[in-house]
Amino acid sequence: MKTLQELEAIRQKTLNELNLRKNREDGIRVVVGLATCGIAAGARPVMAAFVEEINKRRLTNVTVSQTGCIGLCRLEPIVEVYLPGKEKVTYCKVTPEQVGRIVSEHIVNGSPVVEYTIGNFE
Amino acid sequence: MIYRSHVLVCAGTGCTSSHSLRIIENFHKKLEETGYDKEVQVIRTGCFGLCAAGPVVVVYPEGIYYSHVKPEDVEEIVNEHIIKGRPVQRLIYKEHDESGVNTTLNDSDFYKKQHRIALRNCGMIDPENIDEYIAFDGYKALGKVLTEMTRDEVVDTIIRSGLRGRGGGGFPTGLKWKFAKAPESDVKYVCCNADEGDPGAFMDRSVLEGDPHSVLEAMTIAGYAIGAQQGYIYVRAEYPIAVKRLRVAIGQAREYGLLGDNIMGTGFKFDIDLRLGSGAFVCGEETALLASIEGGRGEPRPRPPFPAVKGLFGKPTLLNNVETYANICQIILNGAEWFASMGTEKSKGTKVFALGGKINNTGLVEIPMGTTLREVIYEIGGGIPNGKKFKAAQTGGPSGGCIPAEHLDIPIDYDNLISIGSMMGSGGMIVMDEDNCMVNIAKFFLEFTVDESCGKCPPCRIGTRRMLEMLEKITSGKGEPGDIEKLEKLAYNIKAAALCGLGQTAPNPVLSTIRYFRDEYEAHIYEKRCPAGVCKALLNYVIDPEKCRGCSLCARKCPAGAISGEIKKPFVIDPAKCVKCGACMEACKFSAISKK
Repeated sequence: MKTLQELEAIRQKTLNELNLRKNREDGIRVVVGLATCGIAAGARPVMAAFVEEINKRRLTNVTVSQTGCIGLCRLEPIVEVYLPGKEKVTYCKVTPEQVGRIVSEHIVNGSPVVEYTIGNFE
Repeated sequence: MIYRSHVLVCAGTGCTSSHSLRIIENFHKKLEETGYDKEVQVIRTGCFGLCAAGPVVVVYPEGIYYSHVKPEDVEEIVNEHIIKGRPVQRLIYKEHDESGVNTTLNDSDFYKKQHRIALRNCGMIDPENIDEYIAFDGYKALGKVLTEMTRDEVVDTIIRSGLRGRGGGGFPTGLKWKFAKAPESDVKYVCCNADEGDPGAFMDRSVLEGDPHSVLEAMTIAGYAIGAQQGYIYVRAEYPIAVKRLRVAIGQAREYGLLGDNIMGTGFKFDIDLRLGSGAFVCGEETALLASIEGGRGEPRPRPPFPAVKGLFGKPTLLNNVETYANICQIILNGAEWFASMGTEKSKGTKVFALGGKINNTGLVEIPMGTTLREVIYEIGGGIPNGKKFKAAQTGGPSGGCIPAEHLDIPIDYDNLISIGSMMGSGGMIVMDEDNCMVNIAKFFLEFTVDESCGKCPPCRIGTRRMLEMLEKITSGKGEPGDIEKLEKLAYNIKAAALCGLGQTAPNPVLSTIRYFRDEYEAHIYEKRCPAGVCKALLNYVIDPEKCRGCSLCARKCPAGAISGEIKKPFVIDPAKCVKCGACMEACKFSAISKK
C-alpha cells in the first residue's frame, strides 16, 4: 500500500522523466549539430555526455535535442545553448571532456564558457 | 532514467487498426540497432484525437507532429530526425486550409480551439503506466478527498460545479450523487456506463484507452461520497483495447493500494470489477444495464424506483457515464468555481465530440460548452472535403436529431440543442453534405433502433418497425400523400408511450428531418425524386447526347449490359436493365452521364 507521501515521491520522480513533453517557457535548450559533418567530427559522444551530465545533476528544465548542419562544418561538433531571454551561445569543436564545464558554468550558473565559444575560432 | 527525446505513438483503436503497433515495434528495433535506445524512449499512448491523420507519431522535445505514418517510414524518421536532427518534412502534419503549412501539435487549428479536461491525458501519457498518470496529478484528488474532505463536501463540490451527465441526458451529476448518498444502506454500488453504442461515437472508448485511471479514481471518489465499497464498469466487449487497459489499470491500482482495503492508509475500502456487455444498444439504458450486470436479460424496467434508491441487486446505486467520471478529479483539484467558469449558464465545462462523416478532421474534439457548430465544423474540423456544401450535422445518434445550416451559429449546450429538436447525446457528431439524403439518414437510424429494440414494450417494438416500413416505402418511390402526417402522428405516440429512453427518443431522427427537410420528403413522395441522388429506386442515369462522344467505355463498364449504341454516336441507357450502380458515371471521361 502506498501512502500519500509515497505517491508524491512517485509523482516528482516521474514528472522529471516526463518533463520534455510539457511546453515550458523557462526551459533551457541544448542543441547539438548532428549532421554527417557533426557525426564525423565526434558529435555523438558529445551529445551523450550532455545527456549524462544533465541526468546526473537532475536538471529537469533542460532539453537536449539535435539539429542538422549549421554550415560551419570545419568547426563541428557545434553545440548551441539557449537560455530563456538571452541570446544563444555557440560552442565549437566541443569535446566530451568540455561538457562538464559547459553544464556547470553556463547552464547551471548562467555564465558562458567564453574560451570554448565561436569567437575564439574566427 | 531520463531520456533526451520521447517518441509518442498513438495506440488508440483507429491508429492501431492502421498498424501503429508495428510502428512501435519498428521504432524499438531501429533505435536498438543504431544504439539510440538509451537516449530515446518510445511511448504507446491513447488517442490524440486527430484520427483522420492517423497513425500519429509525436516527437518531443520539439513537439513535431507526424501524420499518416507507415511502419516503413520509421527508418527515415530515426535516420533523419532522431540521428541527424532533420524532421522529415513530407510526414509532418499539414493544415487543411490553403496555407498547407506544417505545424506542431498545439499550434494546429484542430487543437488550438479545444480545451481538454476529460481528454487531458489522452495522447500525453502511457495509459498502461500508473506512474505517468500519477505524475500528471493522478490520485491527488482521491488523496485530497480522503484526507481533507467530508462526504457532504464532495457531493456539494460536484453540485456547485454544475457538471451534468455526459451520457446524453444531461441530469445534474451532483444531484445524482446526493440522491445515491441519501438512503441508509450497508451495501451500495458505484457503476460506470461504458456501453457506448451510438453509431459513430467513440468518446468513452478513447478516454478508457487513453486514461483509464481517471475513471477508476473518480469512481473511488464517488464510492467515498455515497458510501459504497464496490464499483462495476460495464464496458462493451467490442472494445478489446479499452478492456485490456482497464484490466491493467485496475491491477496496478490494486498493487499500489489505491483500490482494495485501507486505501492510502485511511481505512477506506473500495474495489472495482469489470462486466463486459455483448453489444446490445439498450444496455446503455440505466435499468437495462444494471439488469445485465446482475446477469439478467438486458431489458429496461419502469422507473421509479430510480437506481439511486433501488438499483443493482436492489441496493442504492450510482451510475454515471465514462466522460462524466473523467471530469470529476479535475473538479476536485481545481474547485467547483473553476469548472463552473467554463461553458454557458446552464451547461458548464466542456464536452467531447466524436466528429465524423463528411469532415476533413475526423476525430475526437473537446470544446467548452457554448462553442458554435460553425467553429467545430469549419475551424476545428477543417471544413467539408471536396468543397461540398454543409447540409446538416447529426448529434445524439439514434436518439438525436439533425442541425441544419441555419442553426450553425447556435452555441452548443444541452438546452439549445433540445430547443432546436436535437440533443447533446453522448457526443457523436456526424456531418452531412449535399450528397446525403435526409430521408435515407432517418431510415438508417430507424433501422438501427428497430434492430436494437429489446421488444419489451409494444410502442418501441412494433411502432418503430411501422415507421421504418413507411420510410422504406417513401425511399423506394411508393410514398403516398399523407405519409408524412402519419409518420409524425406515430412518432409522437411512440415518444409518449415507450418504456425507456431508447423508445422515447427513437422517432427523433425522423421528426427532426421532417422539421428541417420536409421538402426532401415531399420530393420523394410527390415528385418521386431524391434530391441528393441517393435513393436508388428514384434514380435514373441518363446520357447527355450532346456530350456523349460514343466511345463505348460506359457500355463496357456496365455490369448489367444496360448501355447500348453505335461507336461515335450517342449511347443510351435502358432504365429497365439499369441496376443504378454508378459505374458508367465514374467511367465517363466527358461527364456526359448524370443522375436524375
